[in-house]
Amino acid sequence: MLMLTCPYCGIKADETELTPGGEAHLTRFGPEASDEDFESYLFQRKNPKGVHFERWRHAYGCGKWFLAARDTATLEVFGTYPAQSKAPPKRLLTAIRRKRPGWEGWE
Amino acid sequence: MPGSRGFDVKRYSVFAIAREALRWHRGWERAWATPEPKPEYDVVIVGGGGHGLATAYYLGKNHGITNVAVVEKGWLGGGNTGRNTTIIRSNYLQDPSAAIYEKARSLYETMSQDLNMNVMFSPRGVMMLAQTEHEVRGYKRTEMANALQGVKTEFIGPERVKELCPIIHIEGPRYPVLGALWQARGGTARHDAVAWGYARACSAMGMHILQNTEVTGITRDASGVTGIETSRGRIATRKLGLVVAGHSGQLAEMAGFRLPIESLALQALVSEPIKPCMDVVVMANTVHGYMSQSDKGEMVIGGGTDGFNNFTQRGSFHHIEETVRALIETFPMLSRLKMLRQWGGIVDMTGDRSPIISTTPVPGIFVDCGWGTGGFKAIPGSGWAMAELMAKGQPGPLAEAFGLSRFREGRFIDESVAAGVAH
Amino acid sequence: MSTRLASGGRLIDRETPIHFLFNGRKFPGYAGDTLASALLGAGQQLMGRSFKYHRPRSVVASGHEEPNALVNLGDGGRFEPNQRATVTELYDGLEARSQNHWPSLEMDIGALNDLAARFLPAGFYYKTFIHPRWAWKHLFEPVIRRSAGLGRAPVERDADRYEHYHTHCDLLIAGGGIAGLQAALVAGRAGLSVLLLEQSPHWGGRSPVDGATIDGAEADDWVKIALQELESLDNVRLRLRCQVAGLYDHGYALAVERLADHQPGAIPPRQRLWRIRARHVLTATGAIERPLAFASNDTPGVMLASAVRDYVVNWGVSPGDRTVIVTNNDDAYRTAIALHEAGLVVPMVVDARPGVGGPLAETVRALGIRVESGKAIAKVLGGKSVGGVAIAAQAGEGAVLETVPCEAVAMSGGWSPVVHLWSHCGGKLIWDEVSALFRPDPARPPTGADGSAMVTPAGSANGALLADAVLADADAQARAAVKALGARLPKSAVPQVETVAEQPLAATWIMPQGAGPALRAKMWLDFQNDVKVSDVQLAAQEGYASVEHAKRYTTLGMATDQGKLSNINGLAVLAGALDQRIPSVGTTTFRPPYTPLTMGTIAGEARGVLFQPLRKTALHSAHEAARADFEPVGQWRRPYCYPRPGEDRQAAVVREVKNTRQAVGLLDASTLGKIIVSGPDAGRFLDMIYTNMMSTLAPGKCRYGLICSENGFLIDDGVVARIDEQTWLCHTTTGGAERIHGHMEDWLQCEWWDWQVHTANVTEQFAQIGVVGPKARLLLETLGGMDVSKEALPFMHWADGRLGGFPVRVYRISFSGELSYEIALPASQGLALWQRLMAAGEELGVMPYGTEALHVMRAEKGFIMIGDETDGTIIPQDLGLSWAVSKKKADFLGKRAQQRSHMTDPDRWKLVGLETLDGSVLPDGAHLPAAGENANGQRNVQGRVTSTYYSPTLDRGIALALVHRGPDRMGEEVPVQDGKGGTVAARIVSPVFFDPKGEKQDV
Repeated sequence: MLMLTCPYCGIKADETELTPGGEAHLTRFGPEASDEDFESYLFQRKNPKGVHFERWRHAYGCGKWFLAARDTATLEVFGTYPAQSKAPPKRLLTAIRRKRPGWEGWE
Repeated sequence: MPGSRGFDVKRYSVFAIAREALRWHRGWERAWATPEPKPEYDVVIVGGGGHGLATAYYLGKNHGITNVAVVEKGWLGGGNTGRNTTIIRSNYLQDPSAAIYEKARSLYETMSQDLNMNVMFSPRGVMMLAQTEHEVRGYKRTEMANALQGVKTEFIGPERVKELCPIIHIEGPRYPVLGALWQARGGTARHDAVAWGYARACSAMGMHILQNTEVTGITRDASGVTGIETSRGRIATRKLGLVVAGHSGQLAEMAGFRLPIESLALQALVSEPIKPCMDVVVMANTVHGYMSQSDKGEMVIGGGTDGFNNFTQRGSFHHIEETVRALIETFPMLSRLKMLRQWGGIVDMTGDRSPIISTTPVPGIFVDCGWGTGGFKAIPGSGWAMAELMAKGQPGPLAEAFGLSRFREGRFIDESVAAGVAH
Repeated sequence: MSTRLASGGRLIDRETPIHFLFNGRKFPGYAGDTLASALLGAGQQLMGRSFKYHRPRSVVASGHEEPNALVNLGDGGRFEPNQRATVTELYDGLEARSQNHWPSLEMDIGALNDLAARFLPAGFYYKTFIHPRWAWKHLFEPVIRRSAGLGRAPVERDADRYEHYHTHCDLLIAGGGIAGLQAALVAGRAGLSVLLLEQSPHWGGRSPVDGATIDGAEADDWVKIALQELESLDNVRLRLRCQVAGLYDHGYALAVERLADHQPGAIPPRQRLWRIRARHVLTATGAIERPLAFASNDTPGVMLASAVRDYVVNWGVSPGDRTVIVTNNDDAYRTAIALHEAGLVVPMVVDARPGVGGPLAETVRALGIRVESGKAIAKVLGGKSVGGVAIAAQAGEGAVLETVPCEAVAMSGGWSPVVHLWSHCGGKLIWDEVSALFRPDPARPPTGADGSAMVTPAGSANGALLADAVLADADAQARAAVKALGARLPKSAVPQVETVAEQPLAATWIMPQGAGPALRAKMWLDFQNDVKVSDVQLAAQEGYASVEHAKRYTTLGMATDQGKLSNINGLAVLAGALDQRIPSVGTTTFRPPYTPLTMGTIAGEARGVLFQPLRKTALHSAHEAARADFEPVGQWRRPYCYPRPGEDRQAAVVREVKNTRQAVGLLDASTLGKIIVSGPDAGRFLDMIYTNMMSTLAPGKCRYGLICSENGFLIDDGVVARIDEQTWLCHTTTGGAERIHGHMEDWLQCEWWDWQVHTANVTEQFAQIGVVGPKARLLLETLGGMDVSKEALPFMHWADGRLGGFPVRVYRISFSGELSYEIALPASQGLALWQRLMAAGEELGVMPYGTEALHVMRAEKGFIMIGDETDGTIIPQDLGLSWAVSKKKADFLGKRAQQRSHMTDPDRWKLVGLETLDGSVLPDGAHLPAAGENANGQRNVQGRVTSTYYSPTLDRGIALALVHRGPDRMGEEVPVQDGKGGTVAARIVSPVFFDPKGEKQDV
């Protein structure tokens, strides 16, 4: 039963208030994209056993989407940040590296 | 036993038990051998669950390929094979699904005899409840499709539902039972025995079952795969099958490609054992729950899937709560039974929720994964189709529609369409 | 025979005798008894039968770990199977029945299995019942199922209520023994919010029975003093009869409080499920004694030494006049002392350890009790009760040295910490060689949301078994937890305990060491499931060497006690058989709940009408008054039709369709989703959301729009109205309102977050009434108000105004092909307008119509229905809706997906109409078979019916279908499944069956 802090309303929200939305920081490919890029965008997922950047919506709260960095093997949450981010905040990446020295990075 | 070139295996029978009883069972042999790995095999299967072992078995039985190793990082059947609710049915809507699940179901019917191990296939019948008008239409559509697919199902009314399953409450205030899709020849089997039976038969054919052997790397050259690195050393092979469910992504990563797979936790629970009260399998999709009674007397209950990536084999409690609530609505007697144990498994979900049996971007590497929440029932069919793919290098009719290319082409096999879409 | 002692029993009230029924016989007991203590006290040792061999079973333990004494409890709506007698508090009138026997507990036919036990070893069913094939299902399985199972299945609906309680705390402490109390004192004094939960009805755990002296006081008194202080602290909450059942991620814990199990029906609810978010959890869950494996150790009268002590001290119950003690450690000597003090005879202490000494043994010897070192019980004599024990050398093979007559055996194989909660979220264990136990490994704790340890074990749950060590450990662990939680450490000393030094235990897994197969086949490990030493050894011999394989092959630890007594012994026997060390064999996974948890408690209040939220429109009471036949649509209830007296559903639908086509009908359309999309970039945004162009829609006008997923599939449709320069109102399907609103927000927030757009789901703010039919305009005109003429309000336009004094927004849109107005107004006034329309329309013949008439009329017009014509695999181009997919727009959601090869394949099935040649109605879901079979032997198919109805308007069956190259095959005759195994001939026609030019709606 996860708890995630919504970066908008600041509430530590119980999992039952949240809806998950899969991998974060996907680049949208539109009408001009190649078959490969479009397939990759829609379906191919990192699905790491470890640090995962993912989308959540505070659906039964403020209604905002936000992003979280979470370990899928331990469920440790490294931090949450607004959905309006092209990349994870530097501070968060530093914090993750400190805890997971061998981590290969988010990209 | 099929083949006798390998590990010598004595037949199981009531006579063997009587003979052994008289000498305090001292004569029973290992069900499968525990050899040291050879430096090279014709085929290496990664994953000692039902699908991996079945693939190995049919490679030997159907294609005569027995220089095979099955590499398992833990113990055989320790993944989803040993932690599912053991439902077997083939009442699928789409043709490719119905074909492979029906193949699997028919192989389950003779599995105990084929493997000389009682896997306790119990064709007690599976009913999928229709609890909205929309679901009624969805299941009638499936019934019609099944009639043309050679899958025997029928849509039955609420009275017949009650007759087949007296503990059901058909006049539920919120979701009355309006009927059900009934597959009389569906049922359950003993999950562990399926893995053990295949392992024993594979070992008898001379194949190597390598438990506690973790794959740490996959090697390749310009022409394709060359072998694997394991915790017990390097093993060379030119044909590698990845049959590891939730960990498919990790293996694919080692081989340098990515899969349309996400790993989620699916939960299940059992009640304490009680005397027989339910002789069929019931699935209720509107309220997301399914239930059967095991031969031990436990009510075996399947629940929902978390929506977030998870490798912990633990799910979130609210799914258990929702499942139990829904089932109490349909089976009020459950209220005073007790949950004995709950657990989770890691299911590998694809983009269209249908499996992948496919060649990959790396020549010589094949994948069989993405069975999601429904893998157990498919084990023999999946093994049969995967063995054919690996033996011939290209898919046979059972596997053809399940290739990876479908995601690029938009040629999905979507089973979710049959039910559950509120409108 | 067990019996009640003349005096003693710290938990019973001899002044309050009560009576209860067991197997229909009346028994006496006292307030404070458990069902087990009362039965033993009344001389009823036989309480049930084992699972596989139907062996006679009596109580072996005194708590939640009990595997044997399970009963069917209560009756009617309060019946519950598999209740543990050892933790069932006795109440006057309690009714219990023993389980798993036929015809009776004393005379059980199933016990024949026991005679054949040698032929039924572990896994025997995997090796037999293979031939003939039909026999498993029809012969063997039914017999096996009936002889398995334990209690009866409940029949009646549960008469009790349950509730859930949500709470937070800094520190959750599981277990109210001295360790839990000391931890609560430390954390409470530190000012943390503490929740201390104890599963039993009493504080103090084992200490009062074991007789520790703490800070100079008797344990009982120390407990009272500690409680007084805890109760004085506002930040500490205490609950008895409340077991922490499971620990989940991020500090989520479940506890079940048994409020009325000891007084059924007295107060609702029966049980309360605590749903706790704890910042940290401290497990002071104690330890459980292990049995010893000697032949016939399952005979009624063989009990854990600690349980014997409990029955004597707590309940004044003697297990028998003469009790032999068998042990491998010092603790069991306390039982010898307790029995002696109660005036009972201990003929012998059989100690597996050579050269027993030390203060406890000396005390026992001084009492005149024979202590035999290096000895073992070779076997227990007797059948349904203990008659004596045969003594042998522990180091030997079981040669009997002497026989000691006795009525009970108290055994102790050492103690195992209760590590369940520690393990539920992945905490790992280490093997303690000295005490031969698994305890929590501090280096590998379960971790919480921040990655740090979430659980701290304390006391004997942490492997500290003696009272002084327990309190010292609890104090230290609590201090560490307080510090980790950032609170200030209180100044207080560790309570001082006077203890007797104990001699080390000698791990003893089989007794005697060299026992042969005949003895090993009688040594029980799992008493409930009948798993013996020989079974685990057989599993190892056959290669089921992983602990999980051995468990599954033998069913060891899979009974309702989940192996609380058997797991470690079984593991040790397995390790021995494999010649491995115990820790390298490993343990099985601990899963919640700690003890079985009633399903009704998990469901809580959410049953019956509270099962799920029920959504009703503002007009619901009018539908009820009109005796509508409702159908669930998502969580909504919508009228399916409004049957009149004497009408069935079909007749009502026919009448409603005809009346709407010929006069005027009213539809409650309030459930349709209504989403306002507003802002400078709203038009641009809607052009991405919809496949067609919405930015060019003029204010005052309406346009039908389609929404596809990014994967190209049609997911919703509806009419969009442009309200003003920056505002659109989007109608969605009933089921789509929340989903589509979420979809819009997803794209707005996560992809186009710099676009200036707001969305608002106003579905429930408005009632919406469809006024439909040729007399619709007449009806509105009788109300008076705004001009609703064709000129003032043409088809596919909307206008604000007043009708009959109501503030309304009127849309000229039609889903039936008739002249149609959809009138939206504030939900609070919807019912009044509906009633006004019904009254004003009486002369015009107005009637309400339901969802089925709506479906029929839309099908007559060939309008698609999301969920019928679509199923998540359909693109607009399949449905003849290419006209609503913009070719001009550079981009919209789904555009790229619809360019993929399979989406543009000319062989896709496309929407057409079907008319049977004989006018009959096609069955739901019917497919159109084609010639031949595919490679998998399945019949080829060329299409399928998506909607099929009897059309009252045309008086014949009509259907919509997706057919291979359908639109190119107009007029062709095709076979369609008739639902009876055959086919019926139908003709491919236009999907628009009625008024193809659309003249009726545009008037």
